[in-house]
Amino acid sequence: MSKQFYGKGIPHLDAERLKGKLIVIEGSDGSGRTTQINMLRDWLEEQGNATVEIGIKRSQLVATELDIARQSTTLSPMTMTLYYACDFADQLEHVIIPSLRANFIVLADRYIYTLIARAIARRLNRNWISQLYGIALVPDAVFYLSVEPTTLAERTFRKNDTLSYWESGMDVHRQVDMYRSFIDYQRKLEHIFMDLQQEYGFVIVDGNRSPETVYEELVSRIRPIIE
Amino acid sequence: MPVGMPGKLIVVEGLDGSGKSTQAHLLRRWLEIGGYRVYFTEWNSSPLVKNVTKRGKKDQLLTPTTFSIIHATDFADRFERQILPMLHAGYIVLADRYIFTAFARDAVRGVDREWVRNLYRFAIKPDLTFFFNVPLEVALGRILDGRPKLKYYEAGMDMGFDDDIYQSFRIFQGHVYDEYIKMADEFGFTVLDASFTPEEEQKQVRAIVQKKIDLPRFKYEWNAP
Repeated sequence: MSKQFYGKGIPHLDAERLKGKLIVIEGSDGSGRTTQINMLRDWLEEQGNATVEIGIKRSQLVATELDIARQSTTLSPMTMTLYYACDFADQLEHVIIPSLRANFIVLADRYIYTLIARAIARRLNRNWISQLYGIALVPDAVFYLSVEPTTLAERTFRKNDTLSYWESGMDVHRQVDMYRSFIDYQRKLEHIFMDLQQEYGFVIVDGNRSPETVYEELVSRIRPIIE
Repeated sequence: MPVGMPGKLIVVEGLDGSGKSTQAHLLRRWLEIGGYRVYFTEWNSSPLVKNVTKRGKKDQLLTPTTFSIIHATDFADRFERQILPMLHAGYIVLADRYIFTAFARDAVRGVDREWVRNLYRFAIKPDLTFFFNVPLEVALGRILDGRPKLKYYEAGMDMGFDDDIYQSFRIFQGHVYDEYIKMADEFGFTVLDASFTPEEEQKQVRAIVQKKIDLPRFKYEWNAP
């Protein structure tokens, strides 16, 4: 099966020769994304599948400066959205596409959907953002780990002792109580993801369960794709 | 321009070597010295973004797509933090290069035209867009006669037009020029056939600005009535 772009794609690039598989795990911080990716990677590599991982803010081009820009109080939602788009595009062209061409399995620790959801949560134009991500390849599978916001908060506290400024949506609807902000913002994202699910058709996985149970479900869904 | 926005946006566009930056500078000085509220902004100058662009160019990391997005990011930052607030506050905003530079260059790099236009959909239509229409050979001569050290992307070397950087620059600029000409009518460029001396040309620029913009409205008023 040949690959497709969501929209106009990347100039000078033919998606049809891309043979590998692109598998996306989406979900908030604390949804168990990274744990699952690590387990899936072990499973895939044990079977002899070459894998490579991508994720948000990992591009060679902008990762460092984007981190610095995020500390600035003047970074607007639109500039931030475009910055992340650049981070994505760089990884798309320099990691995802070459890896798929070489028949790798690309495991994406989040993809364009998180970036789109964040932009929508910040009231940017939906049509603008989805056209922008017309450069993205349609993955072979997308799994969204859906977890109750209160559980996300609990898992975050267990790991970091504190909620993240961005994951609490402090730049958009800051409240005096950061916990309240976090819960409201995460609920909002969850709604947006449910909406996006209609448009992009990804699989919603109940991430409230134990890591092993989630992993088993993911493996059973991924196995037919890679075989 | 949205209703009720008191500022005015003046843009200068043209090839490297078209003299547009000199003209923009002289226009700016004239307005400043005349006591008008004027703000000047340049392409590729956002403090939050420009280092990425610089390094991306130096290390040749940029593809047509990332080249396009990073320039839009730089523009968005300047647009939201400076251009738009200044227009709301009743300034004359003078921009040395605007979205048309991106439209032209990105199109030459093969980026989908519609996609690029969508990218910049948030931008405001200028009140006045000067296009300094210097014949290609003249603009090329002004840049190339001194055999300067050309930069990889400014010469369009990423497109593989030619192994010789000077030849590549000529071809690239030729394509950019064609894109500008195609846009002139659609976006209502005020085209200045710039084969005059800089002084004569500046006279024309100022006359047009004076005619199109109610300048007295932009004077600093220390004692507001």
